[in-house]
Amino acid sequence: MQGLDFSIVPEYWPLIGKGLWWTVVISAASAVLSIVAGIGFALVVLYAPPVLRYPVRLFMWLFMGTPLLLQLFLIYFGLVQVGIDIPAVWSGIIGLSLHFSVYNADIFRAGIAALDGGQTEAARSLGFGAWQTRVYIVVPQALRNTVPAIGNMMIALLKESSIVSMIGIAELVHSAQLVISETYRPFEFYLTAAALYYILNLVLEAVLRGIERKVELSR
Amino acid sequence: MNDVRPMIEVRGARKFFGPLEVLKGIDFSVARGQIVAVIGPSGSGKSTLLRSINHLETLDGGEVWLDGVQVNQTLDRRAFEKHINRVRQQMGMVFQHFNLFPHLSVAENISIAPVRLKGMGRAQARALALEMLDKVGLADKIDAFPARLSGGQKQRVAIARALAMQPKVMLFDEATSALDPELVDEVNIVMKQLASEHMTMVIVTHEMRFAAEVADRVIFMADGAVVEEGRPDALFRNPAQERTRSFLRKFLNG
Repeated sequence: MQGLDFSIVPEYWPLIGKGLWWTVVISAASAVLSIVAGIGFALVVLYAPPVLRYPVRLFMWLFMGTPLLLQLFLIYFGLVQVGIDIPAVWSGIIGLSLHFSVYNADIFRAGIAALDGGQTEAARSLGFGAWQTRVYIVVPQALRNTVPAIGNMMIALLKESSIVSMIGIAELVHSAQLVISETYRPFEFYLTAAALYYILNLVLEAVLRGIERKVELSR
Repeated sequence: MNDVRPMIEVRGARKFFGPLEVLKGIDFSVARGQIVAVIGPSGSGKSTLLRSINHLETLDGGEVWLDGVQVNQTLDRRAFEKHINRVRQQMGMVFQHFNLFPHLSVAENISIAPVRLKGMGRAQARALALEMLDKVGLADKIDAFPARLSGGQKQRVAIARALAMQPKVMLFDEATSALDPELVDEVNIVMKQLASEHMTMVIVTHEMRFAAEVADRVIFMADGAVVEEGRPDALFRNPAQERTRSFLRKFLNG
């Protein structure tokens, strides 16, 4: 039996650090894109004419009904076959963004639907048009009200981002695996990776709490 | 004044909610600077009538005119949207439940419409907000958020918000019905002050005493029709219709 020996970890820090960097970059990019796309999809589902609304609803339904891993494989390995060759990192970001945008869209949609109709009436009575009412009154309130739920999705996204290792991206988990294949020290390096995820999540939670507090004050 | 064109004119207003006819052909007009109170039991159609003046309710029949412009004219969708937004900018509306924008400060609640719809600059908008708040006695609340205000204060901010667009008329939809009794007066005082400045007002209310005090004319509605209308002293002291008498009896006796 081999005891735990973490003294070996610093030696491999460059590789682990690079993995951490890719996890942060891919997660951050996917978080921003999934929120922006989520707002867009929610608006389309609620307000767009049927020619736009139904395809988007179908797309959302398809993405909710399949695993993220399969979606990544389709984007990275599948699309090449029809001549669309997307690099692994971009495939990962696109896959994560689309996957989470669908859930975000549903949260935003519910957030908008939950708003009191009096808000819209007040805006319309002042002379705001339908879209102006959405842009200035409805959407900002829905965004504020959905901060906790979207925050939970982003914590999930950070953890799920490890799945892009399956299309060969050396993010945190994948880097740990690479180091382990060299050192045969799975426990030390998996625990190191776990600790780094905890730290990332602590930072993310602190940011989310800050946003929630700020939003709470302006209500 | 030789301008005899009414500020608001409603002709043959009809409205159905499903099979229920809630407005059965209402005619009424409000002269410039006049204050009209609309009273009547719940379900009489008085709120629906008020809301159809600024087209929050779409009439099924009849016409609504504001200062010589037909509000509910027939246009294609896009043109009508443009038209109605322009018309609504000239009518302030105050709701029973205030409907302040909770994500905006008091100043922003008041200035958002002038800023976004009239392109008013930042400094000017703040000055306008302050001026309107002064009018309703809440200048010290300019940077507060609605959640920190009492019901009476909320409603006064809502009035300031409507006034900031410099409307030709003000529509009040049971503005004090959701307030605790001790907060009603502060809102009534603001409304009386507006009346003294000759703002044209239509006030849907359950408060008979206030209606008697402030209105030039009172309209009593029941079951979607105007039963009786007249000067407040006449209508309250000596109603001509039995339906009006029984309604007022219930109200005054309590």
